[in-house]
Amino acid sequence: MGAVRELDASAITEAVRDLCIRINYEVPEDMVAAVKRAREAEESPVARQILDLLVKNQELAAEGEYPYCQDTGYTVVFLDLGQDVHVVGADLSDAVDEGVRQGYQEGYLRGSVVGEPLFERTNTGDNTPAFLHVRVVPGDQVRIQVDAKGGGSENKSRHAMLKPSDGLEGVKDFVLRAVAEAGPDSCPPGIVGVGVGGNFEWSAILAKRALLRKVGQPNADTRIAELEAELFELCNALGIGPQSLGGTQTVLAVHVETMATHIASLPVAVNIECHAHRTGTKVL
Amino acid sequence: MTVEVLEDGRKRIAAPLSEEDVRALHAGDVVLVSGPVYAARDAAHKKLVELLDAGGEFPFDPMGQIVYYVGPTPERPGHVIGSAGPTTASRMDRYTPRLLELGLKGVIGKGGRGPAVRESLKAHTAVAMSALGGGGALAALQVRSQRVIAFPELKTEAVREIVIEDLPVWVVADCEGRDFYVEATAPWRRDDLLPESFRSGAKAPLD
Repeated sequence: MGAVRELDASAITEAVRDLCIRINYEVPEDMVAAVKRAREAEESPVARQILDLLVKNQELAAEGEYPYCQDTGYTVVFLDLGQDVHVVGADLSDAVDEGVRQGYQEGYLRGSVVGEPLFERTNTGDNTPAFLHVRVVPGDQVRIQVDAKGGGSENKSRHAMLKPSDGLEGVKDFVLRAVAEAGPDSCPPGIVGVGVGGNFEWSAILAKRALLRKVGQPNADTRIAELEAELFELCNALGIGPQSLGGTQTVLAVHVETMATHIASLPVAVNIECHAHRTGTKVL
Repeated sequence: MTVEVLEDGRKRIAAPLSEEDVRALHAGDVVLVSGPVYAARDAAHKKLVELLDAGGEFPFDPMGQIVYYVGPTPERPGHVIGSAGPTTASRMDRYTPRLLELGLKGVIGKGGRGPAVRESLKAHTAVAMSALGGGGALAALQVRSQRVIAFPELKTEAVREIVIEDLPVWVVADCEGRDFYVEATAPWRRDDLLPESFRSGAKAPLD
């Protein structure tokens, strides 16, 4: 056990603010590379033109005047808190929300969050609250990963409690069905995050975390990596293509994460990401 | 006749549209759209239809006009608008036939429309178009002006009059009932590679 390290909450606020702004203008390098790979591989001339436009959109956004997409997302924050860190000066979740507030206001980003879903649906105006996941980990560092997640692709995400007898084929079928039904609404080509196992909520969290891996980086488990490669081929066989106008490049990557589950269960969650993939990490 | 056909086959239109204009637009056409369009998305549609139900006055004359499903980012100083690409059109399916009955001739969003909207497009001679989904920065460059004309409390979802110039779109559902997404993707689908269980739809549906 190391000595306790004090970390002022303002450092967390600043990191979240800076990440919110940066990721909405600068598409991460791995995503830029993935779109270029798709451009090379695409067989449809129309789809190649669309991919060229996406590259132009990336370049224009990177100039810092216009965010990549008008849906600048709701803000998911995965925060790994070293157990030897003592956050001082403000509540942790308040510090994160303050970072979102400052980032979305100073970065000319859209407030896309309503404070209450059923009755007033009033826009909070500053994109708060963040959707914060905190995990306590060994060490004396704080790792903050921010994801600005678009609503259109999130809406096309799917979850099911399959039966163990549905097995691998059932999971593949479910992923394919989700991607097929998403069609143009999820702004393909994007990333498909799949969570298998866990329980109802953990499968969904696994799927979200799967999206945040470097684009196309295979799972360390070779059997899962083979499943990812197969699902990648199958999703692209759907022919949906960029903007769903037909083509061979419907998805840029399929990432699968798994974990333990109940003897009765085979939970599967499919979290769909659009080509506006905006994520970044900072370690404090 | 305001539909101009360019040398490369693209078409150019300017709102407001006549029925004749709409009939000249076919599924799959690439169209450059200019003129005033009216920004409205989920919350604004709900309010607009509530307004109609209450016998209130519509914030703009919908005759021949185009509604653009967009909620822009805030404009930086010196810019007329922030990023301004389309949002998913099918979320407006519940409201769209009502607006088409009032004479609205076009909508711009992204993605396909349900059977009721496609029927309504036929019945009222109107057209559904898609702009580049996720291309918000590029779309901003085609905007010349904007002003909020109703429901400012909805912030990004307020109803705006947005003047655009040559915004590129695809006709995705025309007044003859054609659905371009179905036509465009079918030739690329590799059924020979897809599992039998998926092709036959043997498993329970998703929803």
